[in-house]
Amino acid sequence: MKEVIHTPVPSVEEEEYHINMGPQHPSTHGVLRLVVTLQGEIVMKLKPHCGYIHRGMEKMCEKDTYPQIIHLTDRMDYLSMHINNHAVCLLVENALQIEVPERVKYIRTIMDELCRIQSHQLWWASFGMDLGGLTCFFYGLRDREKILDIWEESTGARFLQSYYTPGGLMWDIHPDFQKHTKEFLKYFKKKIRDYEKILSGNVIFRERSRNIGLMTKEEAISYGVTGPSGRGSGWSCDVRKHHPYALYDKVEFKEILYQEGDTLARYMVRMDEMYESMHIIEQLIDNIPEGDFSAKMKAVIKLPAGEYYQRVESARGDLGIYCISDGNKTPYRMKFRTPSFSNLSILDHISRNLKIADLVAIGGSLDLVIPDIDR
Amino acid sequence: MASNIYDTFVASVTQWIHNGLYHLLPPFWALLVELTIIGLVFLLFYALVGLFLVYAERKVCAFMQNRVGPNRVGFYGIFQTIADFIKLLMKELVVIKNSDKLLFTLAPFIVIIASFMAIAAIPFAKGLHAIDFDIGILYVIAVSSLGVVGVLLAGWSSNNKYSLIGAMRSGAQIISYELSVGMSLLTIIILAGTMQFSELVQGQEYGWFIFKGHIPAIIAFLVFLVASTAETNRGPFDLAEAESELTAGFHTEYSGIKFAFFFLAEYMNMFIVASIGATVFLGGWMPFHVWGWSGFNQVMDYIPPSIWYIGKTGFIIFLMMWFKWTFPRLRIDQLLNLEWKYLLPINLFNILLMAFIVLMGWHF
Repeated sequence: MKEVIHTPVPSVEEEEYHINMGPQHPSTHGVLRLVVTLQGEIVMKLKPHCGYIHRGMEKMCEKDTYPQIIHLTDRMDYLSMHINNHAVCLLVENALQIEVPERVKYIRTIMDELCRIQSHQLWWASFGMDLGGLTCFFYGLRDREKILDIWEESTGARFLQSYYTPGGLMWDIHPDFQKHTKEFLKYFKKKIRDYEKILSGNVIFRERSRNIGLMTKEEAISYGVTGPSGRGSGWSCDVRKHHPYALYDKVEFKEILYQEGDTLARYMVRMDEMYESMHIIEQLIDNIPEGDFSAKMKAVIKLPAGEYYQRVESARGDLGIYCISDGNKTPYRMKFRTPSFSNLSILDHISRNLKIADLVAIGGSLDLVIPDIDR
Repeated sequence: MASNIYDTFVASVTQWIHNGLYHLLPPFWALLVELTIIGLVFLLFYALVGLFLVYAERKVCAFMQNRVGPNRVGFYGIFQTIADFIKLLMKELVVIKNSDKLLFTLAPFIVIIASFMAIAAIPFAKGLHAIDFDIGILYVIAVSSLGVVGVLLAGWSSNNKYSLIGAMRSGAQIISYELSVGMSLLTIIILAGTMQFSELVQGQEYGWFIFKGHIPAIIAFLVFLVASTAETNRGPFDLAEAESELTAGFHTEYSGIKFAFFFLAEYMNMFIVASIGATVFLGGWMPFHVWGWSGFNQVMDYIPPSIWYIGKTGFIIFLMMWFKWTFPRLRIDQLLNLEWKYLLPINLFNILLMAFIVLMGWHF
């Protein structure tokens, strides 16, 4: 007789049951699968299952040259594409000790901050939707279109631009870039007040997010929760401040810190960061110096043998690239320390003993991008 | 009185059909044919109102979200909902493995029958109602609360955990908020002294109850708005569906026409609740009259009563859509706190206040 093989079922306490959130679920924002153990509606524990969109990016990097790797990083955290590109470019430039022209630094800083704004806009849109405010989604996406239009003009693409190259930029900016960016800033300063009216000032929203998903500073540090999520717990972890790159040591901006550590604090950090990003762009947009848009680079880029590490502050947190080179045109080993992966790790800890609706709110406030988790 | 023209028109048409039928047929068959005609008229009305409300919601929500809304099928997209319902009619009815097939099929019918029965008592104009109970309000509250049975059955029989959570939420929610709806209507019943819809409307000839009862009536109206939005599973209270948490809540597993039943019933419940609100608080089909201003009153009477009724109901429906498209969703414990800790005490106090005012004769 054939023996029946049972697949092992995770242990269940009395009156508990499992529910599969994802890989197809509206509020996991992609193919993340959370196996949630519930008691009634209360989350007892949850287990994230990653890998549904794993593309083996780190292994692919071992076959690709450095300019090719830039195109891969776009697809990692698709909402901070410029910032991801920036990390690879800085890694190569620092390893080869190339000084990029001032103009490139200006443009890169502006592009990075535009990228941060549009990422936070999309986060705001989807966070509102997670909490049931569908109108937020349309407001956020409407304003994000404006940034995509600006990018389309200068970079030729709307979403995955791969605009940066080691040593500079792919092309120079469009002649109208400054004008349109300034128009956008003027427009968005008006529109962001709508954001605050419809969500930040709403009683239901405040009740839903206050004291939900509490994360202390110590927990944030020990789990490695960086970016706006970590700064919502009072952990000063902004790479732009602590290890400045590009022009971040020259421009004036505040590192937004909130001490509460709840969902509302993480929300407020991102809202304030949009203002700060606009402030940074305003300081730079009129002063872009003339010059080349790229430094002179060799046709084939080979890094000297050794180990390199480069950090940048992406819209989600601390993005680190660790690279071992053996002197060839391709890296020997490449490892991405992506912020979403570490931020996901605390989800179980902070959502225990809360309702399933809170889990959705907390997941939204951590701003997870699933391809960034799986790479 | 100009409204008499409309009254006599409605009365004469119904009388003509009635006399004709009794003249042609024996009484039993005449009654049967009459009932069938009324049933068909209501069925048609039900479908048309449902389609129109779906279209209205799409346009209102598009307006609030900086979109255009449906604008391709027909003039300004008016046939979009019809096209959608034809699509839903032709879709496969998926039956889930291990689901309780009888209850699974029965549930949408219970929901739709509950909302269908409630329409019968609503007066659309003078004499334009299927039945005028002397306990009209009690009947409507009783019948419309049957719908929760369908929702619970749908969640239970689907064999899906999301559905079950949604159904349990909706059970807790509707049963709690029914209290507030009932009590806010009770406040007005104290003022009016009747539960019959026709007398309620007649009592508002010179001043709607929201003006007559001033402070307690306004409080009751606000409570009614909140509670009735919750009772119809809409707006910030759509926890039973909660698409970002439970995918689609209690109707996750439904497809085709069975899903359309739930969908239609949601909009019809909104219509019924808005009708009751308009009838009880805003005077139903009664035009806006002011005591003593006979010239003004006559001008108001030239607007047909059904237009008044539709206008008032439409206003409340618009308010409910406004809620839905601007507020985020509540959590289940906050929802129950709102009812048991705030609305219910306010309501109980409000009833006392209204009784006191009626006793002292301080109303208009």
